[in-house]
Amino acid sequence: MACINPDGTLTPTAMAVISALHTPSTPAEIGQATSIPVYRIRSTIRELIEAGLVLESDGQYRLTETGMKRL
Amino acid sequence: MSKCNCCECANEACDCGCNCSCHKPAGMPRLNEPAPAFDAVTTHGNLRLADFEGRWLILFSHPADFTPVCTTEFIAFAEIYPELQKRGVDLIGLSVDSVYSHIAWVRNTEEKTGVKIPFPLIADLNKEVASAYGMIMPGASSTEAVRCVFFIDPKGILRAMLYYPLTTGRNMQEILRMIDALQTSDEQKVATPANWKPGDKVIVPAPKTQDGAETRMKEGYECVDWYLCKKSL
Repeated sequence: MACINPDGTLTPTAMAVISALHTPSTPAEIGQATSIPVYRIRSTIRELIEAGLVLESDGQYRLTETGMKRL
Repeated sequence: MSKCNCCECANEACDCGCNCSCHKPAGMPRLNEPAPAFDAVTTHGNLRLADFEGRWLILFSHPADFTPVCTTEFIAFAEIYPELQKRGVDLIGLSVDSVYSHIAWVRNTEEKTGVKIPFPLIADLNKEVASAYGMIMPGASSTEAVRCVFFIDPKGILRAMLYYPLTTGRNMQEILRMIDALQTSDEQKVATPANWKPGDKVIVPAPKTQDGAETRMKEGYECVDWYLCKKSL
């Protein structure tokens, strides 16, 4: 996974997205908060969902309990 | 692989070795239809076409990493990147190379020229994306993409395509001009004349009825005749 390093740590982009998700947000809102391109946020969120760190509901994304521990 | 008569595919590229097989060029994408979806390995991780929804996207292909014309284009695309960003346009490149080759080329370009490459590159080793977009022209090369540029709008519709041969580097000003023209046409409901650039007069769509043609000359536009009228924006 591009957002998780082989040693299990998160890449800087993934960390920025996780940090921005301390409150539920859309990719566009995260983009405004972090200056990361929205396409990259969507791709990162997809991988964070696969890793069990993020959940989606009604177009907004929020951290799971496991995701909270990465903050 | 070359054109030959060794098997039943004389008009297409074919292998003339032990396994005689034909390679028909893939279908070409069509303007004003949805751009072919992709899910690809890139230098910025796995990306899908849908990830770019809501913004314009320019997808360009180049024949190969670490080649001379491609390197000049690679730098030129990086140089117009800020202008593309101002226009709400994302940029992504593609070639039939591995992601490791792409990463090495990006790093080498920065090391040798000082130019940082801010956009992702698709590593299309199996030619899946290149084939879907008609980037492989067997008459030019069956192993490399030719120099294509696809302009995809925020709804994922393919709006314009440019194809250049292997020998000829692209004109970045034309790429910016194309985006300006497409965005102006969408926003103002007008067309743009030959050699148009921002600030020039635009073409008012020709009337579609006889009544419209009769009144057009009285509407205050600069007209050659009823079907060719211009206005300033």
